[in-house]
Amino acid sequence: MARSGVRVYVAVFAALIVLTLATVAVSYVDLGPASVVVALSIAFTKAVLVVLFFMHLRESPGLTWVVAGGGFFWLAILIGLTMSDVLTRGWLPVAGP
Amino acid sequence: MAEHAAAVAHQFDDAEQQRGAAELGMWIFLATEVMFFGGMFTAFTAYRWLYPAAFAHASRHLDVLLGGTNTIVLIGSSLTMVLAVHGAREGHRRSLLVCLALTMLLGGVFLGIKAIEWTHKWEDGLVPGLRFTLTGADAGPQELFFFLYFAMTGVHALHLIIGIGVVGVILALAWRGHYTAEYHNPVEVTGLYWHFVDIVWIFLLPMLYLIGRHGP
Amino acid sequence: MTTAAALVAEEPRLHYLNESYGVRSWLLTTDHKRVGLLYLISLTGAFFVGGFFAVMLRVELLTPAGDLLQAETYNKFFTMHGVIMVFFFLVPSIPAVLGNFVLPLMIGARDVAFPRLNLLSWYLYVLGASFTTYAVVSGGVDTGWTFYTPYSTMSSTTQVMPTAIGIFIVGFSSILTGLNFVVTIHRMRAPGLTWFRLPLFVWSLYATSLIQILATPVLAITVMLLGLERLLHVGIFDPALGGDPVLFQHLFWFYSHPAVYIMILPGMGVISELVTCFARKRIFGYHYVAFSSIAIAVFGFLVWGHHLFVAGQSVYAAMVFSLLSYLVAIPSAVKVFNWTATLHKGTLEFRTPLLYALGFIGLFTIGGLTGLFLASLGMDVHVTDTYFVIAHFHYIMVGGMVMGYLGGVHYWWPKISGRMYPEGWGRLAALIIFIGFNLTFFPQFILGYLGMPRRYHAYPDEFQVLNVMSTAGASILGVGYLLPMIYLLWSLRYGEPAGENPWDATGLEWRTPSPPPRDNFATAPTVSGEPYAYPGREPVHG
Repeated sequence: MARSGVRVYVAVFAALIVLTLATVAVSYVDLGPASVVVALSIAFTKAVLVVLFFMHLRESPGLTWVVAGGGFFWLAILIGLTMSDVLTRGWLPVAGP
Repeated sequence: MAEHAAAVAHQFDDAEQQRGAAELGMWIFLATEVMFFGGMFTAFTAYRWLYPAAFAHASRHLDVLLGGTNTIVLIGSSLTMVLAVHGAREGHRRSLLVCLALTMLLGGVFLGIKAIEWTHKWEDGLVPGLRFTLTGADAGPQELFFFLYFAMTGVHALHLIIGIGVVGVILALAWRGHYTAEYHNPVEVTGLYWHFVDIVWIFLLPMLYLIGRHGP
Repeated sequence: MTTAAALVAEEPRLHYLNESYGVRSWLLTTDHKRVGLLYLISLTGAFFVGGFFAVMLRVELLTPAGDLLQAETYNKFFTMHGVIMVFFFLVPSIPAVLGNFVLPLMIGARDVAFPRLNLLSWYLYVLGASFTTYAVVSGGVDTGWTFYTPYSTMSSTTQVMPTAIGIFIVGFSSILTGLNFVVTIHRMRAPGLTWFRLPLFVWSLYATSLIQILATPVLAITVMLLGLERLLHVGIFDPALGGDPVLFQHLFWFYSHPAVYIMILPGMGVISELVTCFARKRIFGYHYVAFSSIAIAVFGFLVWGHHLFVAGQSVYAAMVFSLLSYLVAIPSAVKVFNWTATLHKGTLEFRTPLLYALGFIGLFTIGGLTGLFLASLGMDVHVTDTYFVIAHFHYIMVGGMVMGYLGGVHYWWPKISGRMYPEGWGRLAALIIFIGFNLTFFPQFILGYLGMPRRYHAYPDEFQVLNVMSTAGASILGVGYLLPMIYLLWSLRYGEPAGENPWDATGLEWRTPSPPPRDNFATAPTVSGEPYAYPGREPVHG
């Protein structure tokens, strides 16, 4: 695969700066529960840009993609299943004695 | 010197196998780091959900200007780092050295700004366990927020300090001509580590600094 | 070759043990085989320290009254038994000893991918063990190996911090071993050694390494947060701030449940090697056994909430975890079926390794089935925190894992040392261990079912008979464990010299001299055939 040139790196840098400014700006707008979604989406986009271009994942073999994705997927398991407890504590009351 | 640097370690069959092993090894290490930070992210997610108002309240104590500036500084250091790797790949020793030095410098700036932030927190009495003077109904959950704030930014800073140290070592070795276009694995894997540290901060910024900025 | 000529030919041959001498050549070694032996020595030491605490517990439990040890002392002893056995023996055991020694040989490599990192792993183990040893000798720790908050963070006045630091450090030893093995297996297999030609031991080490890599960091951060809270007297598990002690349990068990699979998977891999060799048959269902290791590793991450059934976890989440816990039993069952099918109509040679393998299969099955009892919410409410749980996990850890470890040590002993162990003593020890084990732990199932709680130094009178049986069994088990220590050491000097392949086994590790040369193979091997190409009906030679 063609290797990224300096121009690509600078373009990605510019995009990351723009997204940083965006996430700060958007946080001052009241979007209710959507605020979290927007903030995380922007953060994910920035992370993906860093991983694909700065960490050269685009040029890396498939196994590297699996490792990169695997880490985040496993973190999702940790957070997800833990939150399944936290979120549902009050749902099904246990019968008392 | 160049031949010494290009030597293949005895357990490997050739340079390509060695390079592939180094790269895979670092990516796997970064996966472990995702899980390491992830434990704190989990705790933060749980308490953010349980105490939304308190966390928003606490978050507004943080300085967005300093946090935002630090984000830009760190992203900038990622740019200089990837340019250093690029320089190594092309065999451009001068650009490799300059970019590594800039990376260290920007990392240092980040730590400096962090130190300023932490000093402000101390002065404001927002350091759990050492100097925490908030009162009010939600002081408890706010203290949870600040405990996680210091734990996460502290562990992040520790990783950054180690990163600066490693970049320094790589810089010294590059100065002595250890790296060529054919062999520069340590530069590549250091770059991967540095970018990971950047990614952690990319998530810390909105998580810590930008909750409820629109609020009262 | 005549015996005399064979002995003469062996004398001047250089191999990994005699190619360099001196303490420095061992302490600075980057040879995976020597690192494996460094671990063997350290782990044996840990086993005996952990075993000492177990002996004290069992002696106390001979009588219903808490008369030998004060309650606080008893609490420290079961804590330290657990901490040492889990973190400093079981988790490293097969990967760090047998895996380190055998893995590069099995894949035809000269060493692991990162030999210096391998040595660092051992030093981290030693450093972590030092902190824990300090904790033990300076008053001990009494929180249980599970360190539940807020007791561990706020109330306990014992040496929680040094123990926590020791566990933090040894965790990185485990992570680095896992990382090393994954890269080695991916990048350094011999030409022709495709994934589905790999020995199943390698598959099990791979699966184990995945768990080590993904789970252990969470333990590290959890222990760090615990330490911070203890240091600062405030923290995120503190109910006074609105913190949730159950959150600690989530984070702790996210590692500690997969950790039990770190402990058992390599043992399962050893069993696959042993049943094929000593039944002289190909494994039944190679692909199923290989994938079952991966399945256990993956599913094992989804079940940790079954440790929190009575802790205050949401009932909804508990139901999900219960269902997932049933699912994780399936790949384990696949393995047991396939081993049994491999043994069926095989030509069995009841050598010591096979005895351990048969013991493993039976005892692991019992332990695993009782896990299903515990996975059932309704049942768990009654038997959780009783001796039923203790019996369950000791059946798997001791009846399974330790027997797998001993089976593997005996199987590869000729390769490691160049000597055969005395077969009669080997069989005797295996039998004594099997009898002693069952006498120790089967009564504990009954005790637990009858309601005897765990972690108490005193108990109601009606439980005494079963407790005495259990202690009697433990003394027999202790004798059984001492025997291999003695005769294996004896064999180093007086054992019959082993040839390249005393078991007539398949696998690349048996195609190089015993002990192997420093770089494992004189010429790098290539692989063209299927694994376990046993003839099917012929007896073992030699």
